[in-house]
Formats: sequence, C-alpha cells, structure tokens
Amino acid sequence: MKKRTGTSDSLLQAGVLVGALVLALLVGAGLILLARANPITAYKAMFTGPVSGKYGITESLVKATPLLLVGLGIVISFRSGILNIGGEGQMVAGSLAGAAVALAFPSWPAIVLLPMTLIAGVLAGALWGGIAGWLKARLSVNEILSTVMLNQIAFQLNLYLIRGPMIDPQEVAYGTGCPQTALLPRSIWLPRIIRGTRFHWGLVIAIAFAILVYIFLWRTTIGYRMRASGAGPQAAKAAGIRVENYQILAMAFAGGFAGLAGIVEVLGVHHRVLEGLSGGYGFSGIVVALFGRLHPLGCIPASILFGALTLGADMMQRAVQIPAAIVMAIQGLVVLFVVGSDLLIRRPDLLRSRRMSGGSAGVAGKQGMARQGKGVSN
Amino acid sequence: MATISSQGIIVGILATGIRLAAPFLYASLGEMFAQRSGVFNLGLEGIMMMGAFAGFMTSLGTGSPWLGVLAAIGVGAALGLLMAFISVTMQAEQGISGIGLHMFCWGLSGLLFRVYLGFITSCKGFGPWNIPVLSKIPFLGPVLFQHNWMVYFSLLLVPVSWFVLYRTTWGLKVRAVGTTPQAADTLGVNVNAIRYQCVVLGGAMAGLAGAFLTVGQANMYADNITAGRGFIAVALVYFGRWSPVGILLGSLLFSMMNALQLWIQVLGISFPYEFAVILPYVMTIAALAVAVRRVWAPTALGKPFRREAG
Repeated sequence: MKKRTGTSDSLLQAGVLVGALVLALLVGAGLILLARANPITAYKAMFTGPVSGKYGITESLVKATPLLLVGLGIVISFRSGILNIGGEGQMVAGSLAGAAVALAFPSWPAIVLLPMTLIAGVLAGALWGGIAGWLKARLSVNEILSTVMLNQIAFQLNLYLIRGPMIDPQEVAYGTGCPQTALLPRSIWLPRIIRGTRFHWGLVIAIAFAILVYIFLWRTTIGYRMRASGAGPQAAKAAGIRVENYQILAMAFAGGFAGLAGIVEVLGVHHRVLEGLSGGYGFSGIVVALFGRLHPLGCIPASILFGALTLGADMMQRAVQIPAAIVMAIQGLVVLFVVGSDLLIRRPDLLRSRRMSGGSAGVAGKQGMARQGKGVSN
Repeated sequence: MATISSQGIIVGILATGIRLAAPFLYASLGEMFAQRSGVFNLGLEGIMMMGAFAGFMTSLGTGSPWLGVLAAIGVGAALGLLMAFISVTMQAEQGISGIGLHMFCWGLSGLLFRVYLGFITSCKGFGPWNIPVLSKIPFLGPVLFQHNWMVYFSLLLVPVSWFVLYRTTWGLKVRAVGTTPQAADTLGVNVNAIRYQCVVLGGAMAGLAGAFLTVGQANMYADNITAGRGFIAVALVYFGRWSPVGILLGSLLFSMMNALQLWIQVLGISFPYEFAVILPYVMTIAALAVAVRRVWAPTALGKPFRREAG
C-alpha cells in the first residue's frame, strides 16, 4: 500500500471538496429554475442570510451543533467499516430517554440531573445503534438496512410516547393534544452563550468531543483497532483483532453521539421532545462526516458550513418562498459528488493522464472511506 | 363492523395483500437485476418518491394515468443512470452513493411538490379491471382477479424476470458480471455496460413502483408517500436470496402483514396505531436476521470493476 502525502495530495482533496460543493450548487441553481424562481436572488438570500448579523451567525452555530455530534459518530462508524444511516432514529432514542429521566426526577439538583439526563441520552442512542452493530456482527444483517428500519421504528415509538404516555399533561388539560412532552426542568436547560439568541453551550461540548474523538481514534489502542477493522478487516483479523466486536462498539459509539445530539437539541433548543426533532440531521451528519474527510477535527468547519447552509435555506424560504427542501437535494448531490470523485483522489494519475497503468491494486484501502465491498454486501 | 362476515374479512385481507405487494415486486425485481450485476442501489426509496411524484403530476396535468406511468418510468431510468454513473464509472462506494441519491430525490420531490402543488388533491388513476370469468370464481375471484392492470403486471413480471435471468444470454451475462466480472470480461462481456443496463432497468422499475403508489392505488400524492417501502424493497432482495420466486414470497409476506395491520385498524381492534405501523419494519429486521446468509449473495456485489488488476 503506497501512501501519498504532502501538499499536492491535500490540495487535491480540498479542491475535490470545493468542486463537489460548487457543482452541487450549480445543479441546485438548475433546480431553482425548475421551481420557477431566480437562482441569483435565491442564492443571495441563502448565502447572505447566515452571515449577516447576530441572528444568522448564532443560528448557524445552533444548527451546526447536532450536525457535528452526529458527524463525529458517523466518522467513528465509517472509519470502522460500518455505514451508519441510523442517526435519525438514534437521535430520537437519545432525546426520549434523556427527557424521560429529566421528567421523572424534576426536583433533583441540576448537578446530578443534568449529567444523568445526558448519560441517559447517550446510552439510549448507543443501544439503538448497538442493536444494528450486534445484528451485523452476529447475524450478518446489513447495517444500512437495519439502521433504516430502526429509524422508522424510533419515529413511531416517539409518536406513540409523545401522543400517549409522555404527553404534556397541560396539553391534555387544555384539550389541545399537541404531541409533545412537558417542558424539562428549567434548571438543566443548557445555558445560552449569547443572551437573546438560541446559541447554547452544546457547540462547546461538541467541539470538545471532536478533540476527544481525534485522540481516541489516533492515540488509543481501541481506536487503532477500530480503524484497522475498517481499513482492512482481513488483515485486522489476521493480526488478532476481533473485528466483529469492534464493529458493535463502533455502532454503539455512533449511536451514542447521535443520542447525545438528540438530548443536547432538547436541552439547548426545544426544552421538550416534539415530533420531527431529528429534522434530517441524521442524514446531514453523513454529509458533514464526508466533507470533513472522515476526520473529527475536519467535521468542525464542515458542520458550521452545513449548519449555515441549512439555516440559509430556511431564510431563503422566508425571503423568496423557495422551499427549504432544496437544501436536502443539494446535500444529496454533495454526497454523490464527493464519493463519486473519490476515484480521482485515489487515482490522481487518471486526472493527469489517461494512461491505465497497473500496480494500483493495493490502493483501495487508502485512508478514509470504508469502501470495502464487504461493507455493503453482507 | 359486525356486519362484515369473517370470510369477507379474510378475502379483504388477502386481496389487499396482493395489491400491496405490487410496489415491492416492481422495486425489488428491478433491484434484483442491479444487485445480480454487482451494484447495490440504495437510492431506491428516493427514486420511488420521484416516480410517485412524476406519475401523479403527469396524470394530473394530462388526465392520462398511462402517461403518468411512462413519466415515472422515464424519471426512474434517468435517476438509475445517475446512480450507474456514480457507482460504475466513478466507482464510488455504493452504500453512501445510494444514500446521497436518496437525499437528492427526497429534497427534490419535496421542493417540486411545494412549488407545483402544495396541497393534497387527487388525480386520475387506474380503476380495477375484473378479469372475465375468473373474477366470478368465489373466494379466488375477489382475491386475485379484481385488481387494476398494474397489480397483474407486477405478478406477471415474476416469471418474466425468472426467464430473463436464467434462460436468456443477457441474463447469463448479468449473473456472470455479478459473480466473476474478471472472467466475464475475459470472455468479451462488457462488464460496465451490463451493469449500466441493470441499474437503469432497476431505476425504471423503482419509478414504476412509485407510480403504483399514486396512479395505481391512492390517486393522490403526499410528502413521504413511500414511507420506507424502497428500503424494504432492497431488504426483500436479500430476503428473497436474489431470486424472483424468493422475492415474490417475501413481497407477499410483507404485504399480507401490512394488509393485516390495515384491517386491524379498519375493524377498530384496540391496538396502538403506531405499533401496527412498526410491525413491517420489525419484520424486515427479523427476516434479514433469519434469512440472510452471504452464500447466496452475488460475490462481486458492491465491488467496482477495474480491468487493470493483475
């Protein structure tokens, strides 16, 4: 396996990312035309909104928080050779479990209740992800399919709980019946960093975790074994690493981070569980992870970028009435272009010349991307 | 509800089950060809959404559900082409590209729905076509022979797919390309061309599956109308062990469970609605856990073909 390092390689990678984003936005402009609107006015609203003023900047960061947390989990799972598509369901599981704990012991002091709530969220997410990991490791169930199904199951469980057993008693008393839980005790709400905005301490927690994940993956034995399991499962097995166990662990970590994202979203933004809380973050987290080149620290700027884009789309919808759904289409294109251009990163010689030389059979395992056929086919 | 006889209920459940199998059959049989050729297309759900939307809008605009079906097939094939380009030509990781395709279609259908429609309305769809004589048979008639043509056609595609896959040269090439692409290449089979054909075919059939949901069944469109059926269809290919008959059995099993779930609601049996909806998803996972052993999987599934190896 030859290793290319140096500036030309990272420049190429950065170029590919920028190129993928620009290309996605260009196609997006075509979609806006299809929506009978002017792409220039639309993009103007989308790009200037998030960077003009306190509201835009802080709200972008609010949206970046769950993206970063989910993205970190995705990095761990992809690096370990597991494709976690279950961020949505894991977020829901985390928010529900955390809220259940907080609502059960509202009078407990915040110093005890807050960590308990957060841990409950992490554990529920880890359990939800771990199920998929266990199914893959022990029964060879394709984790993409199982996580997709677990998403749907979590959505329905959420609806059942917030319509029934966990519904806000006030909603019942007033007969409005809006499906949401009661407000969590005010004492454990995450404090706001800037008064008058929704910008809360969640982002600081997320950034701290990004650094921890970096240390974990590159400076600990467990992290090394997880990456080895992803980079080459056969080689890892030959080296005595119990790949299956690390895959379960990776899914539990991924789920735990998504669960944390869910409960942080509750404690920092909504202060209760309601429908649609995961809001596509589970999928956008994949984009963040890919755009961060599957590096925890790379996810920090990536999450802020896509947080701003998401907010920009909302602001565009309000300003020029183009549905914000377009941002999901653009993110989908970014994913397609980033993974599609992977070949160019692995085989830059294809860019420079059309010569189809041999000797590249070992390059497939190169840094990043869990691209083993095995990853998707079992 | 006491007025419905128990036989009436059984007929109702079975007939509904046959009807609900149609979208699974279209999407899964198409995906079977893609996977048999070595490409895992996870974007099925998104393609179905776009097919459902295209079918609905065309039928609404032109008044012809037939044109709606054609539009859905066209849109599905185009999206299949996109997937083929990313996964075959650009050799991208297929699981992630499928999710990207799904996100793209999800956003696009949401965008177009809000721009062009924004509200729930109904379009012209296909009515049932009772097959003469056969539909008069007691019990079997209403269960099997009182559906619209899209249901019959989906069932017809099972033997057709079997024949194409196992009894034609093209089918042989598909199987060869999905198991031993290097050998197929040596024998002069254009590996990537076959994969392109299969993924485009799979996309077209997913589009058709989507059209069934609008012009073949509900005659209306709503956000997220596919509700995970595309993902279940991918799972059914595994469950059916990449064979048309297996896929037929899997589709029927699932659609019957779905029909049962719907009838439980219709009959007003006290059971939390959400749990009834969860049932098929739990079953999918259970089915995958029980049925999947990798021995049946096409050996080159998920692996891009590179000629220069060696």
